[in-house]
Amino acid sequence: MIQTLGFGRYYERRSLDPQQRPPRPEGADARDLSRFIVALPDQTHELTLAIDGLQCAACVWLVESVLGRDQAVVSARINLTTRRLRLAWRGQATEADRLVARIESLGYRLVPFDAAALAASADETGRGLMRAMAVAGFAAANVMLISIGIWAGEAAGWLDSMGPATRDLLHWMSALIALPAILYAGVPFFRSAMSAIRRRRTNMDVSISIGILLVSGMSLSETLTHGPHTYFDSAVTLLFFLLIGRVLDHRARGQARSVAEQLLMLRSVQASVIQPDGTIRPRPQEAILAGDRLLVALGERIGADGTVETGDSSVDTSAVTGESLPARVRPGSMVFAGTLNMGEPLTIRATVAGGSTLLAECVRLIEAAEVRRARYVVLADRAARAYAPAVHAAALASFLWWFLVAGAGVGPSLLIASAVLIITCPCALALAVPAVQVIATSRLLRLGILLKTPTALERLAEVDTVIFDKTGTLTEPALILRREGVDPDALREAASLAQSSRHPLARSLVAASDPVAARADVIEYPGHGMAAEGARIGSGAFCGAEVPPGDVTPELWLTRPGHEPVRFAFEERTRPDAAATIKRLKALRLRLRLVSGDKPGAVGRIAAAVGIDDWLAARGPVDKVAAIETSGRRVLMVGDGLNDSAALAAAHVSVSPATAADISQTLADAVFQGASLAPVAILVEAARRARRIMQQNLALAIGYNVLMVPLAMAGYVTPWLAAAAMSSSSILVIANSFRAGRVS
Amino acid sequence: MTVVLYLLIGSLILGGCALGIFLWTLRSGQYEDLEGAANRILFDDER
Repeated sequence: MIQTLGFGRYYERRSLDPQQRPPRPEGADARDLSRFIVALPDQTHELTLAIDGLQCAACVWLVESVLGRDQAVVSARINLTTRRLRLAWRGQATEADRLVARIESLGYRLVPFDAAALAASADETGRGLMRAMAVAGFAAANVMLISIGIWAGEAAGWLDSMGPATRDLLHWMSALIALPAILYAGVPFFRSAMSAIRRRRTNMDVSISIGILLVSGMSLSETLTHGPHTYFDSAVTLLFFLLIGRVLDHRARGQARSVAEQLLMLRSVQASVIQPDGTIRPRPQEAILAGDRLLVALGERIGADGTVETGDSSVDTSAVTGESLPARVRPGSMVFAGTLNMGEPLTIRATVAGGSTLLAECVRLIEAAEVRRARYVVLADRAARAYAPAVHAAALASFLWWFLVAGAGVGPSLLIASAVLIITCPCALALAVPAVQVIATSRLLRLGILLKTPTALERLAEVDTVIFDKTGTLTEPALILRREGVDPDALREAASLAQSSRHPLARSLVAASDPVAARADVIEYPGHGMAAEGARIGSGAFCGAEVPPGDVTPELWLTRPGHEPVRFAFEERTRPDAAATIKRLKALRLRLRLVSGDKPGAVGRIAAAVGIDDWLAARGPVDKVAAIETSGRRVLMVGDGLNDSAALAAAHVSVSPATAADISQTLADAVFQGASLAPVAILVEAARRARRIMQQNLALAIGYNVLMVPLAMAGYVTPWLAAAAMSSSSILVIANSFRAGRVS
Repeated sequence: MTVVLYLLIGSLILGGCALGIFLWTLRSGQYEDLEGAANRILFDDER
């Protein structure tokens, strides 16, 4: 389809890993969009959709161009950061179904956004911070300009160029710019400080607020009394640097949040409930009651745990149990929510309500683990907790000493105390961690690794054990055809039969063959195979072939009139660089372990192939969590299935491939794309490097304080020295942070 | 010394313009999608 529309250039523009998961298979389910459409006064309608499957800018170009060629479309624009498509069109509201179907046929998945949810997610905090930063930046530049004039005059020894009157004028100008700016741009800090004080706590913002207000007040009184020193420039510049830190921090958090929201939206499944009168109503999964009858079409996910009433099909349980082959189901079989129907439509009677399915059970396990994880205290906060009381004590001590012991009077003593506060204000400290985070995160993003939680880097750096899942993590998600001894003609013929099936073995067979057209006359016997004009493909029993006993590898047989039966054997194959990555991780002195739900034989073979000595087989979701918790170590969990999800949440930090179940991707701290396993090693290396740089930054920031505080306490720090020292330390920290962008 | 006053007022006006332009870019949503904007420059077809 992409070629026929003349969008062949799409492939030239795809810039990411070409082996990456292709856009999803064609075919989409109808749903009710009307609820989400907003009618605009000028006869147009608007709809916002979450879009899944965007891999790079070429996808954006493709989707926008396809929509742009449509007569009805007024505008179609994708936001690549939040992965949302905003679509406006002329004419009927029902046009939406056609347009959405068009994009879905390209292989992208679309989920409509609720207008209310959309308004709630509008990032007002982020914009407020940006505005505050802009105002502070403007004031900082102008006040600094004026201050340099004052300092130049001072340095020139009050030559006839500037008298006290001029200096007063300049001080007044500074105050006029700085004070409103401080009142406006300081609001985020003041607000946070107030709420902390109300809860009888103290945080970094309390010390920042006190410092800034005290310094501004002192400078104002200096201006009023024609004093020589004001610190307006320092106060505003301080705010400016602090706000840069806040904006960066907010960005990192916001990105993590929007990704999580996105995945949650895409996960939500509508189930088709058969009403007593025979009609079918879509209903959200949570609203299903025990005893409801559900209809599950081909390729649909099952909405609730239950028993099959009618239908003979096979169900892909890989997301729940980790089994790579689909299981046969017939009336009376148990099925679980989240599994995928691969064959004919099934009618299912739900045995438990939607809220208590196996899937929901996993979610509960996960929530319990998340609570534990929330107690993690990030490096910057740990530093701040020790730092803030020390700073206040130092400022108070210098005030008391100058006032009581040296008898300097209230004004000069306060001035020295505020100089101490300015010097110690945690400007570089506030930049030390977020700057590294943002730079490392964006570098990793360019390598196809998405960090979802802001603390992931710090936690990754502390890891000492890596636990891998097997299926889909160490191995490639799909089974691979064993090529030896396969006749290409037989393969082509088999592929033409297999084209129309969604069975994983059939799909692997098609993927292994040259492109062939699907035969129209194929009949699928779910769970058995396919047949057309005497030719059959499927299990040995279905094709009437003699299966050698004792062989358990997954296989397909092809029988044709006048030919010997042909056997296609499949195997799991490790990711191409799995062994190399394992070696790289061992070099990082990490303990490696393989814990899988699969049978010992298959697990042992893969463990030997990649070089992991320590492996456990036949472990269920609960055993995986136990394996992590009893180890008593800081575990990095790498897994993809729903059966890994609880373990992903329980681990110190977790990573999923982009082919993982949606829920696993939601939970994982980082998601990597592509067929390569190297991102796991890259992540650990990058995280350790980032932590080293963060520590250097903190050391730089604190070291500079240790150097300057005695000077400030002794009363030697003049405004220009304070401003210069503060700016230079912040710039030093930012410059050092850029080193985090280099990833080997 | 009135020249200082002129310079001060001039610099304030210029700085204020820059601030106003920045706030306008913020309001018109130009910072919503930094990633997409960086890539869009490579699409050369007319639309």
